[in-house]
Amino acid sequence: MRGALLAVLLLAACAARAEDGGAVLRWGGDAEGGAPFVEADPSDPSKLRGFDVEIVSLVAKKLGRTPVFVQVAFQSLDQSAARGDFDVGLSGIEDTTQRRKALAVTVPYFEFREVLTVRAPDAGRFRGLADLRGRRVGTLAGTIAWEALVAAEKSDGIVPVSYDDDVHPYEDLAQGRLDSVLLDNVLAARSVRRVAGLAIQPAAVATGRYVVILAKENAPLRDRIDGILMDAMRDGTLKGIFEKWNIWDESQAAFEAKRLAEWDVRRETKISSNGKEAGAAAFPASPSKRIFSSSSLSLVLSYLPSLLKASLVTIVLSCLAMALAVALGIGIASGRVYGSAPVRLLLTAYVEVTRGTPVLLQLFVLYYGLSSVVRLPAFVAALLGLGLNYAAYESEIYRGALEAVPRVQLEAARTLGLTEGQVLRLVRGPQAFRLALAPMTNDFVALLKDSSLVSVVTVVELTKQTAIFATNIASWALPGALCAALYLAMSLPLARLARRLEGRWRAASS
Amino acid sequence: MSAPFLAIGGLRLSRGSAAVLNGVTLSVLRGELVALMGLSGGGKTTVLRAVVGLEGFDAGSIVVDTVALSPGPPPSGGPLRALRARVGMVFQSHGLFEHLSVLDNVTLAPLHVGRLARDAAEARALALLAGLGVDRHARAFPRELSGGEAQRVAIARTLAMEPPLLLMDEPTASLDPARRNELGRTLVKLVAEAGRTLVVATHDADLVRDIATRVVVLAEGAVVEEGDPRDVLVRPKHEATRFLLQTKDHGPEPAAPEVRPAAPRLPLGKAPNA
Repeated sequence: MRGALLAVLLLAACAARAEDGGAVLRWGGDAEGGAPFVEADPSDPSKLRGFDVEIVSLVAKKLGRTPVFVQVAFQSLDQSAARGDFDVGLSGIEDTTQRRKALAVTVPYFEFREVLTVRAPDAGRFRGLADLRGRRVGTLAGTIAWEALVAAEKSDGIVPVSYDDDVHPYEDLAQGRLDSVLLDNVLAARSVRRVAGLAIQPAAVATGRYVVILAKENAPLRDRIDGILMDAMRDGTLKGIFEKWNIWDESQAAFEAKRLAEWDVRRETKISSNGKEAGAAAFPASPSKRIFSSSSLSLVLSYLPSLLKASLVTIVLSCLAMALAVALGIGIASGRVYGSAPVRLLLTAYVEVTRGTPVLLQLFVLYYGLSSVVRLPAFVAALLGLGLNYAAYESEIYRGALEAVPRVQLEAARTLGLTEGQVLRLVRGPQAFRLALAPMTNDFVALLKDSSLVSVVTVVELTKQTAIFATNIASWALPGALCAALYLAMSLPLARLARRLEGRWRAASS
Repeated sequence: MSAPFLAIGGLRLSRGSAAVLNGVTLSVLRGELVALMGLSGGGKTTVLRAVVGLEGFDAGSIVVDTVALSPGPPPSGGPLRALRARVGMVFQSHGLFEHLSVLDNVTLAPLHVGRLARDAAEARALALLAGLGVDRHARAFPRELSGGEAQRVAIARTLAMEPPLLLMDEPTASLDPARRNELGRTLVKLVAEAGRTLVVATHDADLVRDIATRVVVLAEGAVVEEGDPRDVLVRPKHEATRFLLQTKDHGPEPAAPEVRPAAPRLPLGKAPNA
């Protein structure tokens, strides 16, 4: 991250120069992706290293430009490229049909194999996706591997689990939360070095290629980079880079040979047809079946079921988390109003710690941090994380509402002979509840939206599903609108219900 | 002469370092209507709160009928229940339950403490409300009542539990003169016909003259003078009483503004998009 910051500063410093002479090549990638792609150099975190870094240096050198790094989250690289946040994007970016439609994409520079990683004792029984019926298989969201898992959910009955990064799937595999991880052989090889007790299945589930992405209007630059990459294949420069990063093998040699042969054919065709654009057809993106159709309506129709399913997750999770938050909140508020000094101190500490730290951190701690002690299922961790967090906020609402009921009413009730329990149940509680209703509704709407955070513990809810959708079609416009409409469909009736309830009580008491 | 129904002896109470009561001694016989007079801050309200068990005291004793309270925190458990069965209190800012109708305000304690059937509780409540002239507001909510109406509903609510001893704090504070006279007659009737014992803390010398069987003057946390209102009010012996009567033209002190925020100040929870 520090590298990214430095790069941004450098970028700002170089911006003026870039405008004059175009001497800068802004390149986007996700340094969180790590080695061997892009990572902060452990010996000097202000510098980046990785094979993608070296390829960019090579390209920039040939273009006569200076590479400047722009940090972009992996899932946002496509949108960022289209917006023009950077000139070229490299970060182990897969070649897909959708990417080719939305962006200018170079020739592939590396071929990888999607491989299954399993716990070593399972190596004999989980050889392919077909052996994993009913089992949880994890991968990185928005990748070819994710598409393969979604397809395998239907054909082989596996349970796909999405992650935002490529580290946690392997840790969850080792701990038994997953039975397999499907990711490319580069990531798999790196992960089995890092996490003990795992084994990679040799058979490839699919193959894919890494490409450089550019904004569509940058096609001329793309053509120049194509030439540079092919030259680097021909003269062995690329081989040198891949060997250095330990990812060169015979299949890569075969891939390059085939690419070079195709390139020559293509160049001849191109010359004979006077520069006609050769698109994805020349480089079939994925050997698997095409998942996407072209028109927006059919896109919506094909994604709507999964979005509706994700909405259901969102609403069930939010309702359960709110129920938990309300129950705990009432307990905490009562304890803080009626409890003894130590109880009050303890509850105050809980409320302050919970409100003073990000819910994201709490979710991480619950799911990953505690996993060596108690291995919570993802949905339970999400429910607890949101419920425990919101309980702190709810308790403050209830405490404020309880204290807003005039003291003289409580004293009058006591002198009439009501017990403390009766005072709370018959006098204080009902009035406090009415006062609390509006802020509670407000919180529930906020909770609906905060539930999008639980994707970090692998629960696919509405926002996550939308992000997957958007990554697949390389556009946020349509998925974003659909997602917003679904959230509004959930939150607006809620706000209306609360207004009606408030109105009814007001009418009853006036 | 029978034993007093309420006997307060040497009552001392302080808040922090400030002494509020400096040894109050006072006896009230069954069927008396005693007026407790004194300037604001003289300790009238505190005496009533201690008698009804809302406040503990540092030294002295309080005996209500057969229930004896001792120094320390407010009573709890059995003694508290016994006390509550004998003493009722009407607060200056009446403290009606705002989420309940007038009828429900009056029936709440009979239903949940007295375990009366709803029919019986409502019949009793309506009779009390009628007696106080507010039965036509039975279905109304407290916010719709005038100060005087609310005061009478609060009296009905306390009377519904039929306490032998009734304490009232500044009952005329929110009433105009006509209403005040009406309330005075009601209180006299309560004592004369229903056989109750009343202790009324008030500033209102006219009310005291009209209804009280005895007046007790408190100043700086102690009783400085007591006797027949016709003596005490006409020929005050103590300086504090004289001062009190001189300042009576200023009228009763205004009801303390109740802490009742129109728009409750609550933590608004998480701001959306927080």
